[in-house]
Amino acid sequence: MSEQVFEPKIVGFLCNWCSYRAADLAGSARITHAPNVRIVRVMCSGRVDPSFVMKAFSLGADAVLIAGCHPGECHYIEQNYKAMRRFHMLRQTLKAMGVEEQRIQLVWASAAEGQQLAEAIDKMVDEVRQLGPLGWSGNWEENGERIQALEDIVKEHEQAMEVTA
Amino acid sequence: MSESAPTSGNGNGKAKGKLAIYWAASCGGCEISILGIDTKILDVAAAFDLVMCPCIADGKVRDIEKMADGEIDVCLFNGGIRTSEQEYMARLLRQKSKCLIAFGSCATEGCIPGLGNLHNRQEIFDNSYTSETHSTENPDNVRPQAVTEVPEGKLHLPIFYDTLKTLDQTVDVDYYLPGCPPESPRIWEAIEVLLSGNLPAKGATIGENTTVCDYCPRTRKNKKIKEFKRTWEVIPDDETCLLEQGLICAGLATRAGCGALCPQVNSPCIGCYGPNEGVEDYGARFLSALASVIDSEDPDEIDEIISKGIPDPIGTFYRFSLAGSLMRRGKRPAPAATSQ
Repeated sequence: MSEQVFEPKIVGFLCNWCSYRAADLAGSARITHAPNVRIVRVMCSGRVDPSFVMKAFSLGADAVLIAGCHPGECHYIEQNYKAMRRFHMLRQTLKAMGVEEQRIQLVWASAAEGQQLAEAIDKMVDEVRQLGPLGWSGNWEENGERIQALEDIVKEHEQAMEVTA
Repeated sequence: MSESAPTSGNGNGKAKGKLAIYWAASCGGCEISILGIDTKILDVAAAFDLVMCPCIADGKVRDIEKMADGEIDVCLFNGGIRTSEQEYMARLLRQKSKCLIAFGSCATEGCIPGLGNLHNRQEIFDNSYTSETHSTENPDNVRPQAVTEVPEGKLHLPIFYDTLKTLDQTVDVDYYLPGCPPESPRIWEAIEVLLSGNLPAKGATIGENTTVCDYCPRTRKNKKIKEFKRTWEVIPDDETCLLEQGLICAGLATRAGCGALCPQVNSPCIGCYGPNEGVEDYGARFLSALASVIDSEDPDEIDEIISKGIPDPIGTFYRFSLAGSLMRRGKRPAPAATSQ
């Protein structure tokens, strides 16, 4: 291991009816693509609650991919439009928190579009690789002063207790 | 106090319990709301000795430190954890209390002080102590120091954290009482639950399990919106759902308990009662619900509607809950400074 290339961890929520089948097709057609996406199958892109995405980020994902049927082709008639509206709202919210736009992507892939999905994944992995790791939970760390300060309070109070009135 | 009352006991032969009320990063509104239970405060005094409440009663930290573990029966803890002193008090009161209740929005989800989590200590201090802020006069650029040497020795100030934490991100919490502040009748109901001894399961939120919409008298028809409006842009009518009139009303994502006070006076709900039962992230739930009322299927138009109508998504969706959310804060702009 001479040179460490950053391999982003990407969580992918793929809908059962189109994009998951596209991923399946990519596999059976032996289309190679970056292995960085961990796929979670959901029944519909409309099932993806924004809290799933935030949970993924807070647990260490570098990016999240949501994939569903093309607009107008949803198995549940129009739920992918709901996914679309939610995605835009979520992306703007995450942007305000400092999460770059490329780290959350919405892709439409029909069951026949294994190639397109593979290309979209490759492109996303490249973009995220350039952004570097997200490491969200690292944002929560306080520096070492905190532990010291807490110990100091205990010590100070112990000393103060020794003083008799 | 009546002369016949024994030094301990509430007249029912039961020994008096010990109650502590503490505040950390909060505004004091929770204490006001506690006093808002009015003459019922006498019933509280009959059932409990108030061993600590810095806002309204005496009580020394060293007295708490001398107590046995679990000696305090109930501690109502309001405020988030922003400093080392607050964390120390949270740990101390946890240790000394049988039942620790995260009281109010700050302790449960961070509330307004938690919005400071969009910045770090350096930025907050820059804003508070530099003369660049119009309301600040500090020509010598004096900053609070964790340690100051004086001839008599060292003086300490608490460390200010980069990230405000909620109470349950700091210590184990038994129950939650939401609201900014919790409404007085809800506080009394919670006290009644505690006095009854018929306690809910650990970790429960003492309150309603429905949303503000259920208490709102306005009529809802079909929520479809082409444009979000700010409150100053429109005078809403008294009948129709505020959201249907384009105003961003958080009632649909917010736990009931207030009695829908704001929408009844033409003001949209801002979400101070936090998430409803079973919701992990308030903002995610709110934005998800709000996104589904947008009447468009065109991505560019959707983006336009959102950026025009919701210029501050964090302030809108996470006004009360950023610190308690899954993300907890904004990306830290710079590595934490090594000294205050």
